[in-house]
Amino acid sequence: MNDLSRRKLITTGLAATAGASALGVAARLAQKYGLVPPDHRGIYGLGETLTYASQRLLTRHSLAREFSRSHISKPPLANEIPPLNEAFNRLQAGGFADWRLSVNGLVDRPASFSLDQLKSYPSHSQITSLQCEEGWSYIAEWNGVTLSHVLEIVGVQPQARYVVYFSIDPDWWESIDMADALHPQTFIAYGMNGSELPVGNGGPLRVRLPRQLGYKSVKYITQLTVTDSLKGFGKGLGSASPEGGYAWYAGI
Amino acid sequence: MARLESVRVPLGACPSSTSSVPVTTVTSRHSALVRVTHWITTLCFLALLVSGVEIVISHPRFYWGETGNVLTTPLFKLPIPSSRALVPTGYGYVLPDQNGWSRYLHFQAAWVVVLTGLLYIISALFTGHLRKNLLPGKADLSLRAFSTAIANHLRFERPSEAEAWSYNVLQRLTYLFVIFVLFPLVIWTGLAMSPAFVSALPATVTVLGGQQSARTIHFFVSLSLLLFLLVHVVMVCLAGFRSRMRAMITGRAGTNMEHT
Repeated sequence: MNDLSRRKLITTGLAATAGASALGVAARLAQKYGLVPPDHRGIYGLGETLTYASQRLLTRHSLAREFSRSHISKPPLANEIPPLNEAFNRLQAGGFADWRLSVNGLVDRPASFSLDQLKSYPSHSQITSLQCEEGWSYIAEWNGVTLSHVLEIVGVQPQARYVVYFSIDPDWWESIDMADALHPQTFIAYGMNGSELPVGNGGPLRVRLPRQLGYKSVKYITQLTVTDSLKGFGKGLGSASPEGGYAWYAGI
Repeated sequence: MARLESVRVPLGACPSSTSSVPVTTVTSRHSALVRVTHWITTLCFLALLVSGVEIVISHPRFYWGETGNVLTTPLFKLPIPSSRALVPTGYGYVLPDQNGWSRYLHFQAAWVVVLTGLLYIISALFTGHLRKNLLPGKADLSLRAFSTAIANHLRFERPSEAEAWSYNVLQRLTYLFVIFVLFPLVIWTGLAMSPAFVSALPATVTVLGGQQSARTIHFFVSLSLLLFLLVHVVMVCLAGFRSRMRAMITGRAGTNMEHT
């Protein structure tokens, strides 16, 4: 072994060690500042973590683009929905008068809201695009109460890190971090284009999360759970999407 | 690595009187960095291509402007079946849904290729690779030089000895176009489809005419990159598949091994 290659070997070794420790420190910091998505394990974890971390740093407070009324898609599209269950049909028969949104977990005052109660809170609207991961999109006006307002009513505890939300369809549940949960455009939506939210579009109650793909805007929501860890939910990957092979974070 | 090799076997350092050395002069054609980034890019490109095709299959319709869906008139449709029942394709069947892993793979490969590309560009600027190997010389840009290069290509002429060591003007311009036009465009239009990214930088999508326009442009730029890949592979085969592959894998380029 000559001098040149020995020197090269030592430099490479030092560089590799420095690189590995830098990566270790970066991983620690990312974990501490909430930059690691719950589906970060597995072969695609690297890409997911880079996307989530960089977008959390870039887009924590940014607002989704809003459009003018003339941009609203006509006619409005209702995507295919799975057949709704018996519980849904029963509530629908009663005009959704008995629909409840229960809020529990790390909150001071767990509560259960009727649609009328939710509609009595300050109503907001947004004209935003709903983008499907398949590639299509439509623009609609959404009316609802901000999720942050609901969370304020129940009193979120300081250790909260995620809000998990459940559809009446037991196979459909999602979660978001507090940056998205407290974001001013994150709605519990009950209206669309000036009327009640149609069942085909998630009525009577759905989440609207315009900075992420449509599958995060869960339809027919009945429950919100505030938590500091996603480990206890399902397989611990954060939501039903990663269990079905789709990314937890859908800001792309 | 490249420097080491050329120290050991410098080009033209073998005196012609010593009959024991082989006739073929061996030296480094491509630096280690160029070779490594080339093959990482190749792998990522294939991953992006396969996953991109899978994603398109879930909605093989393209639009212009901000929105588009099955209720709106498309700019054009691909004559292929879809993996979603909602899309009217004219086929009586629906393909299996492969979007989950395709999307994970697409974005992972995009990250790796973008980081690899950055490493390549930065090193190309600092090592002089860009100036020496990619930017065409003054003489190359004359009409005469151009027409000769084009004529040689049209006649499918084997590249000259010198071209085993350096790119001709058409190659240089093509590589520059791919590196500085197609790659940035495909990254930009990809990011312009991200609802979170454009919430921070809305101009990146509005100047393109909307999110669906970005998707359509992304499709055409990807097609252009695919065309480049096909022509690139054909040219490698015409120029001598084994020697060009050896040059890009080991860095060694024998000038006349192919003929012996």
